[in-house]
Amino acid sequence: MITDAAPIVTARIGNPQSWTLQSYLDNGGYDGVRKALTMDPSEVQQEVLTANLLGRGGAGFEAGKKWGMLAKGETKYLVINGDESEPCTFKDHMLLEEDPHQIIEGTLICAYAIGASQAFIFVRGEFALGLERLSSAVNEAYAFGAIGRNILGSGFSIDLVVHPGAGAYICGEETALLESLEGKRGYPRDKPPWFPAVKGLYSAPTIVNNVETMSNLPWIVTNGGAAFAALGIGRSTGTRLFSVSGHVKRPANYEIEMAKHTFRDLIFDPKLGGGIRNDNQLKAFVPGGVSAPWFGPDQIDMALDQDAVGKAGSMLGSGSVIAMDDTTCMVRAAWRITRFFHRESCGQCTPCREGGGWLDKIMRRIELGQGRESDLDLLLDVCDNIAPGLGWPPQKTTICVLGPSIPSSITSGIKMFRDEFLVHIKDGRCPFA
Amino acid sequence: MPRLTAENLQRARQLIALYPQPRSALIPILHIVQEQDGWLTPDGMAHAGELLDIDPAEVYGTASFYDMFFTHPVGRHLVSVCTNLACLLNGADELLEHAEARLGVAPGGTTADGQFTLEEVECIAFCGAAPCLAVNWRFFGNIGNEDFDRLVDDLAAGRLADDVPPHGTLNRVRRRVGLSAAAPAPAEDTDAPAQARPS
Repeated sequence: MITDAAPIVTARIGNPQSWTLQSYLDNGGYDGVRKALTMDPSEVQQEVLTANLLGRGGAGFEAGKKWGMLAKGETKYLVINGDESEPCTFKDHMLLEEDPHQIIEGTLICAYAIGASQAFIFVRGEFALGLERLSSAVNEAYAFGAIGRNILGSGFSIDLVVHPGAGAYICGEETALLESLEGKRGYPRDKPPWFPAVKGLYSAPTIVNNVETMSNLPWIVTNGGAAFAALGIGRSTGTRLFSVSGHVKRPANYEIEMAKHTFRDLIFDPKLGGGIRNDNQLKAFVPGGVSAPWFGPDQIDMALDQDAVGKAGSMLGSGSVIAMDDTTCMVRAAWRITRFFHRESCGQCTPCREGGGWLDKIMRRIELGQGRESDLDLLLDVCDNIAPGLGWPPQKTTICVLGPSIPSSITSGIKMFRDEFLVHIKDGRCPFA
Repeated sequence: MPRLTAENLQRARQLIALYPQPRSALIPILHIVQEQDGWLTPDGMAHAGELLDIDPAEVYGTASFYDMFFTHPVGRHLVSVCTNLACLLNGADELLEHAEARLGVAPGGTTADGQFTLEEVECIAFCGAAPCLAVNWRFFGNIGNEDFDRLVDDLAAGRLADDVPPHGTLNRVRRRVGLSAAAPAPAEDTDAPAQARPS
């Protein structure tokens, strides 16, 4: 049973012309930032701390704490990450197209709270309609007086720039995003010293937050952090958007109260995923984007709680749940994910660049019926070289976490479906082809 | 090979004015180059470099990192078929195979009439409507073989021209505001490089 908590970030979606200023204003738009501007910036920050808003980009770090780590300085930047690229995650894409003013308002609230000199919204380049809707919204918000000098008569001034990406998964990683925003190749930066809150855009202190995280801020300021914290369970507060895809009957984004539901609800509830297509059996599911290790049907009653999922050896990550039914070839699924990582490796670090290529080639030959008996050991050995020990969270041998994410699907596949891999090798063909 | 037109040069200068450091405008300017010519011409890239005072090799080295930029001509319609997991589970391999047969080119190829370039892409975040594709980054979902054929026919006949601008045109909304304080006065000769460069 899904709880009847009212939606927060999708409340306006479905309204006619929900992306326009008029529609936004007719439904409480810009009330949050108006209220925030009457408060002291530290009070705004305190509300977000009280709300315990966890970042919605994938890492799940408390937004208010992140803001508190921002180094002091004359020049500080705010960068909003709208480079949604984790496969099967499509929530930010929807927010950008359907409610861009909500993102702008959240960005203004955050900029005021942290005292940003300028704000940038980095939008995945492929999101043409999202870029157009957001750019129109920025024009409207400027004309309305919500962006620019002395916004809404408050004395606070802020400029906001919509920046298009150009197609690279890695730019969703915050330091790669900053390199890209500086007009360079999207190479992740080493931490330390490049913690954005200390040394970010143009080496200045910078906060990088996700689009959905920003979209929660107007509600939090309007209704108070305590009201937000009353939703969900424990540390997992508020609501969250889940992208449900794969073999479900109703693939879509669903906003539900945090931690109060299970994967079973998400995949089978008639109001959510609606069950498996053709009423097939669920074979496995990915709990949080293709970087996450897979779960089997025996784990379906686990709560959608980032700490619980983390303890069980995976992650809620980007909030994307992908269901695979019993007609799915797990070798092919794991190979496709591996091919993705190989293709998207930025190439800086050897374990990721070379290891990803090795794994892609070995998975390919197994799926195409040319696998060798020694290949499973070889796969695990290469995986171990990328993420030593193959534990969770993975050990890093690389600058960023793309590399250590590569083994997830392969180690899950071998652990859960070893026989299926072996049949491919013994029979010299894919049994599902 | 074309450089930026006077109008696009003005747009590029306005973009540069938006950022604390000029080089941040490189990728947005390259999108303008690609909008103007359909791909990144050597002269277009060199012009972008002149505006930002960076070497052509730096421009090329940056552009080549990004999947959306083409340093060779492509078709008027870039057909990007997703085959990542959600689409794979919903028949994307079959869709791609059909697309190859219908257009008569493999991924990466362009039809002889220059109308279509086919490519296989990673997830385009439209998974609620898998299998899906994009044409010039306008999205189409739940695509079966017949839908694909109809789409190609409509594009070839120009019936979708309002929704799907030619390849390279990404964002048709111009920034109208917030530029007055930052933008430099328009140059007298808008076709000249922003500053002299050592040869």
